[in-house]
Amino acid sequence: MGETEYTIGAVVREPGSTRRNKTGRWRVFRPVLDEEKCVGCAKCFMFCPDGCIRPTEDGFEIDYDYCKGCGICSKVCPTDAIEMVMEEEAE
Amino acid sequence: MGGRKPRLPIPEEELLAPGHRACAGCGSALCVRLCLKALGKNTIVVTSTGCIEVTTTPYPETAWKVPWIHVAFENAAAVASGVERALKALGKDDVTVAVFAGDGGTVDIGFQALSGMVERGHNVVYICYDNEAYMNTGVQRSGATPPYAATTTTPAGKVWRGEMRPKKDVPRIMVDHGVPYVATACVSFPQDLIKKVKKAKKVDGPAYVHVLCPCPPGWGYDSSETIEIGELAVETGMWVLYEVEDGEFRLTYRPKERKPVEEYLKRQKRFQHLTEDEIEEIQRMVDEQWEELEKLAEK
Repeated sequence: MGETEYTIGAVVREPGSTRRNKTGRWRVFRPVLDEEKCVGCAKCFMFCPDGCIRPTEDGFEIDYDYCKGCGICSKVCPTDAIEMVMEEEAE
Repeated sequence: MGGRKPRLPIPEEELLAPGHRACAGCGSALCVRLCLKALGKNTIVVTSTGCIEVTTTPYPETAWKVPWIHVAFENAAAVASGVERALKALGKDDVTVAVFAGDGGTVDIGFQALSGMVERGHNVVYICYDNEAYMNTGVQRSGATPPYAATTTTPAGKVWRGEMRPKKDVPRIMVDHGVPYVATACVSFPQDLIKKVKKAKKVDGPAYVHVLCPCPPGWGYDSSETIEIGELAVETGMWVLYEVEDGEFRLTYRPKERKPVEEYLKRQKRFQHLTEDEIEEIQRMVDEQWEELEKLAEK
């Protein structure tokens, strides 16, 4: 913490600045989306505690910079379109 | 998916940034993310000390994309009262003031401030994210810990069988305070939760929403099972979804057939020590509570 310059009242002026901290490093299992199987129900989007699943023009994308690999998306998917794969094997 | 933009059942905009330090699969972080979608951008948030405070604001960072303030453990409701009065004095009537406080910050440490806030009738949406113990300090029991749950301060042994006191029923206490809108919710039912927070926002006066938020490390289950565990809480009747509008009670979800409580209890480490007799006793308590609520719903 030696480098930190403290603001009066510990005010933080940059909204959403935890984005600097890429929690994707925590991940052991990576959710991999099979777009063929996806029916677009948006359950994965609704239930992600980290807001890492975003709608795109033609489906969903997973933000691996922040996904902690909890596996909720894979569990709630009604068509098993999201598979949890060991991180080393996915790379 | 066949090349079209998916239709979303809940608002798209994210007001809680990723990178926060909540555990993988955190029910409380999901609760905040969903509630913010209902509250919208024009909101000032007050948070008491707790999991959400420490995980979303590791100085000098913040996960919040709305103005946010933390003062202490016991006074989120008092701070929110002040923020609301200041906005009133400034003539700003289009800003929502919301509190996010855990069960510790609500049913124990922050209780007097909450009681005062609703007694004075401040126009604040108070959301309790209930993970049923003091989780970020290492799973110590709170007044919201359910009977028989093992925590680090109520370990299961021969004499003590986990938590030996009933779960403090703060939603009901809020109803008795005359709060115009009181609701219970669970993160496993996001559309119901969002609907209730939207209603709470519209109320002129205090509104209280109590949200059950499963906690993987504290309750002892795999991080992928948060939604399933919450669903089981509701499907077994261990947690009941209802709302009370101007004193009028309404069940907002009725399980088609209530599942045995065992299906909920067996999935969690905190209940692993339970004997068949003890599970039966919990079943009896849930049956009695359900009967009571059914009567209320019929009135």
